[in-house]
Order: sequence, then structure tokens, then C-alpha cells
Amino acid sequence: MRPEIRDRPDGAFFLINTALNNESNSASLASASTDPGRDRAPAREVVDQKTLPGTVPSDDTLFVIEPRTGSMALDFREIWHYRDLLYFLTWREISLRYKQTFLGVLWAIIQPVMTVAVFTVFLGRLAKMPSDGVPYPVFNYLGLLPWMYFSNAVTRSTSSLVNSSALISKVYFPRVLIPLSGTLSALADFAIAFVVLVVLMLFYHIIPAASTLFLVPLVMLTALAALGAGMWLSAVNVKFRDVTHALPFLMQVWMYATPVVYPTSIVPERWRWVFALNPLTGIIDGYRAATLGRPLDWQTLAVSTLATFVMLAFGVRRFSKMEREFADIV
Amino acid sequence: MTGPIVSARGVGKQYFLGRGPRGVTSLRESLTDIVRAPLRRLRDATGTSGDSFWALRDVTFDVAKGDVVGLIGRNGAGKSTLLKVLSRITDPTEGRIEMRGRSASLLEVGTGFHPELTGRENVYLNGTILGMRKREIDRKFDEIVAFSEVERFIDTPVKRYSSGMYVRLAFGVAAHLDPEILIVDEVLAVGDAEFQKKCLTKMSDVAHEGRTVLFVSHNMAAVRAICSSAIHLAQGRVLAQGQVAPIVEEYVKRSVGTAAASLTFPPRPDKPQFTNIALRSTTTEYGGFVDVDITLRAPTNSSAAIEIEIHDSRGIPLAYVSTAPMGKTFVSMTANEDRHVSVRLGPLPLATGQYDLYFWLARPWAEEYHVTRTPLSFEVVHSDPSESGFEFRQSYGRGAITVPMEYSVR
Repeated sequence: MRPEIRDRPDGAFFLINTALNNESNSASLASASTDPGRDRAPAREVVDQKTLPGTVPSDDTLFVIEPRTGSMALDFREIWHYRDLLYFLTWREISLRYKQTFLGVLWAIIQPVMTVAVFTVFLGRLAKMPSDGVPYPVFNYLGLLPWMYFSNAVTRSTSSLVNSSALISKVYFPRVLIPLSGTLSALADFAIAFVVLVVLMLFYHIIPAASTLFLVPLVMLTALAALGAGMWLSAVNVKFRDVTHALPFLMQVWMYATPVVYPTSIVPERWRWVFALNPLTGIIDGYRAATLGRPLDWQTLAVSTLATFVMLAFGVRRFSKMEREFADIV
Repeated sequence: MTGPIVSARGVGKQYFLGRGPRGVTSLRESLTDIVRAPLRRLRDATGTSGDSFWALRDVTFDVAKGDVVGLIGRNGAGKSTLLKVLSRITDPTEGRIEMRGRSASLLEVGTGFHPELTGRENVYLNGTILGMRKREIDRKFDEIVAFSEVERFIDTPVKRYSSGMYVRLAFGVAAHLDPEILIVDEVLAVGDAEFQKKCLTKMSDVAHEGRTVLFVSHNMAAVRAICSSAIHLAQGRVLAQGQVAPIVEEYVKRSVGTAAASLTFPPRPDKPQFTNIALRSTTTEYGGFVDVDITLRAPTNSSAAIEIEIHDSRGIPLAYVSTAPMGKTFVSMTANEDRHVSVRLGPLPLATGQYDLYFWLARPWAEEYHVTRTPLSFEVVHSDPSESGFEFRQSYGRGAITVPMEYSVR
């Protein structure tokens, strides 16, 4: 929004009686006004979704505005009604991501490639980190791919609400769409980074296994984990901007607590279950097993999946509890 | 359809300032609160709080279908809060509002517009933000673009738009919403005169189609012209609701002649001086008066003229008046005795806006005894010189004074 418009103190509101029946208005205006019935249909569609049976005539909506108490679940019907907005918000995030950059979308390739190069030199070559018998770059990239998506998605979601303060204080829509669009838009970068994975594997003469298809549910699981963390952190960030400053550090620590640069096999057997409580552990193990066609550690994946859903439930709960204050404090 | 389309009962909105159950200030405190959630709920229930105030309290009103309701009130009366509650942006603290029909609110023109995106992209983004569906926008797209008169630039990023084009496009989207209940802040107050006429026509079309409009405005002329009823808010409460004319009249009357203002000066031993200058009222309207009570004092028997300058809000002198315009007749003062002078300025042919008064006690062209450095301000709250529904405002930048005009057409 341009400041000169928003800040206009008390702008002109010229009102001339003759303007009300002015005939010199454009044809489009006239046509807009002559057929009021035509555009009514979509309104009725909303109506039907929201009608409370028995309280009002069937072609009427009843919206009730009251203080909300307790924690509320997400209103999926409402989110569904606003699905077009989710689409445009996500699309906006994606299309603005690399605007006004010289290298543009190449950044979605450069970032993971440079990261994997650094890890390969320092951990793979110099520290001789074991990599389960796969060339270290491939091994590492299979961990970095989901991790970078997760980290990107959480970071974008976390700042999303604060960045959308102008929207939040001026118009109503389900607030969850904002962190959700952050999580979804990061999938675009994931898709580009995935192409790099294919190139890398071909370079090392590793053919992706048929079980690679199992990545589809794994990607969804990663997105849910990111959404859970992102919803909670974004809501807290509205009140305490401390989150913005703590997040990079948190993400770094979280990465080293996740088998991104090292294999799960170097973790002592009796501590594995603790590791599996980190949703990303099971997910990353799953990525590697599926792509390389190795046996999947179902136990770890089950614990991590459960942890993901717990984290998501917690995120949703905290978010919907804090949601009603956003407009007052953002 | 019978019964009100909007009905509010006992609506209140409380804000907490600083510390309190809902206004936790430190992160540490909040973290312990999360851990001890049950305890926090207990505290919430007891309702102990730090500083709090009610931006709205006990607001009850009904709006009939097809009404165009003007919400009026001074700054801080709770108009914006009520709009936010009605738009579901923020929850009320108490009370209940029932709305029968799809509502859309316009608290700002161009919410969510992004400068990097093209006009077309922004239309879709802004439209969905306002609650439209994509195919609804598809259907109205050409109409919106034609209405906004930006056809040639629709695929240009809006950061390249002039501010007029930007506003027209944003309003174009908003004008094509089709809600049963439209909630509008003074967002129409943008753009050039030509475009505003267009917006207004659109607004009155909306009203004629039987839609319900809630319209917040400071502009009494606009409220008079387009509203069918009005609600007067003061200090978060509904003061009056009903027919437009009496409510607007009452509002203007209440605004005119409320707060007084004065300047006091310590006595000086050497020269004649003002000891007190007071405005009986700091507000007036077009054609109204400003009454000033002045107290003078002098160390010796003497006489002087009182001169007054009226400046507009940008500090530009507009008018000069004096008790001794020809420099001949002066106000006489007896040594060390108060002399009271009442001055009435007006009828004032002024535009809506703020004005400053500066005072001189002097013998014009000879000697200045006392000049006030800080002004006394008054406000013209309503100005409709031609009684045509045209609010004449200082902020239009077309002057602050009107003069009588006669014309003949041959």
C-alpha cells in the first residue's frame, strides 16, 4: 500500500446531488446497475453453506458475532470457501519470491547446491563422516532436501502473520491461510531443488528406486510438520517478535538434532527412539530409504509420524486460541 | 423480509493497556502462563486486570434491510472499533450481533495490493481477500477494468501507476463486491472529483438495489445526502439512532460549543498586556461565530487596539480584524484594573477544518505592547455554503474562504 493514500488525513469526499442522477457515466456503470439479480447467485451459494437450519428462512445466512471462548478447532468449511484466496496468497508468495533479483529462480538451486558443497568438503571429505555406503553428496542432499523445505516453510510461516499485519487489521478471512500459504509456497522451491537431486543421482550413477514414489506421502508429512511448527511460531511471533530473532538459531540447532549431515546409524541403538521423537528424523530416514530402495525403519517413521501430528495439533490449538487477538496486537 | 438485517445487542469491546490477563507483557511471564494454563484461566475468570478501557459499551441497534446507515461521532467515539467488530476483524468482549446475509467490509481501499504485481494480478488478489470467488472475479473483470479506466495498464505492475490510477483500480474491485450488507469506512474519500462522482453513483446504485450499507463518516454533507438513517456514537455508546436530519443536527450542535480554550499571561510591570484570552467554544460551523473573552491590564492609564489574525491550518494568514481599523479608536485601560472585552467574530465564511487565532495589543503602526506567540485554535466542523450536500473542506487545497457570488448567463 502506498503511504500517500493510506495516510491521507481526511480526503475529499465530493458529493454533489446532481451526481446521483448523472447520465454521463460510462456504459459499464449503467450495465452494472441495471441487472442487480445477475450477480446474486454466488452470494446465495455461501448462504447455503452457512445456514443454521430452523433459525432463518432458507435463503438467508445468519452470521453471529459474539465473544469466542475456549479453544476452537479450525473451521474447515470456511477455509474451503476461501480456497481461492489461499491459491492467490500462495501464488503471490511464489511469484514475489525472486522478484527484483538478478539470478531469480536460480537461487532455489544455488542455495541447496552450495550448502551440500560445503558439507561435502568439511564433513564428507575432511571429517570423513560415514554416509551409509552412498557417496556423501547424495546422502547429504537426501537429508538437505526435506530439511531445507521444512526450514524454509517454518521461517516463511513464522514471519507471515507479522508481514500481513495490514491485511489482518483491515479485513476478515480465516487467518490460518496466511501461515498455510507460507508452507505451500515453499513447495515451489522444493520442486526445483528436487530436480537437482535427480541430476546429482544420475551424476553418481545411482538410479532412483521404484519406492521413490513413497516420497509423495513423505512430502505431505513434511508439510504438515512445517505447518504445525509454523502456525505456533507465527502466532507467538505476533505477540513477541523475539521469535524472529531466535528462529535462525533454533533452526540450526534443530538441523544438527536431525540426521541431515550424519546417518541415523551412528546414533546409539538405545537412543534412537528419542531421536525419532523429532518428526524430521523419521521423515529424512524415509526419504533416504525410499529413494535409495533400502529397507524402511517403520518403527522410527511411526514414532515421527505420531510426533508430527502431535506437533500439528498443538500448533492448530495454540493458533486458534491466539487468533482472535491478532488484529488487536499485531 | 421482515425483521432487522443487522441486530446488535449489548456489544462491548474492552482493551487492556499494559499488564493484565489479556495483555501479558513479558515473554517469561507468558511462557509460565502456557505451562500453568489452568491457573491462567482462573485468573481470566476472576477478571482482574490492569488498566483497561471500553472502546464500545452496551451498543444496541437494529438496521433494517435496504437501509443506508450513517455512523457518526467524534474521533475516539468508537466508530472504527464498531466497524472492526462488525467486520469480524476483532471479537467483541461482550454482547451479540446477528447479521442475516453475506457482508463485506471496506475499511481501506486496496487492502493487500502489492506494488510488484500487475493490475490484473492485484484485482484477483484483492478480490479474493475481500471474499470474492475466482470465477466471480473472472465474470466481473472487464467491468472492473472499465470502471477503473486503466485498460492500457492492466498488465503493468501497480508500482508504475499514478496514485490516481492505483486508487481507481482498488475502488473498482471494491465497487464490484455484491454483498447483502456493505460496511464502509470513509474509504471513498480518495481520488479526483470526477472519479468520486462515479464512486458515489455506484454507492447510490448499491443502495437502490436494496442492499444494506453501514457507512462511517465525518462528512455530514455526505451522510445527509446518501443515508436513510443514522447512529450517533459518543464515548463508545449509542447516543441516538433514527432519522438522519435530527441526528446530524444534534451531532453538529454537540460538536459546536463544547470545549473552551484559553490563554493566561502573568502580569508585567512595564506595558499594557493581555492577562487572559478565552474562546467560549472551540468549534463552529460555516456561517457561525467565534466568541472571545479578553481581559486587559495596564500599569498606567493607557489605550490600545486589539488586533486579531485568523490563520488556516497551514499557517497562512486568512483574515485580519481590529478594534481600531483606522488607528483612531482605542480601548482605554485604567491603571492596574482589569478591563473586559467581548469579541464576536463572524459570520465566518470558512471551510471545514482547523483555524488559529493570534492576538495583538498595540497602537497600530506605532507600538506593539503584547503579541501572543501561541495561537488559540478553533475548528469549523461543518461547512456546506451552498446547502447542496457539498462539504467544503480546507484539506481540498482550494482555499478556506468562500465569498458570495452572483452570476448571469446570456
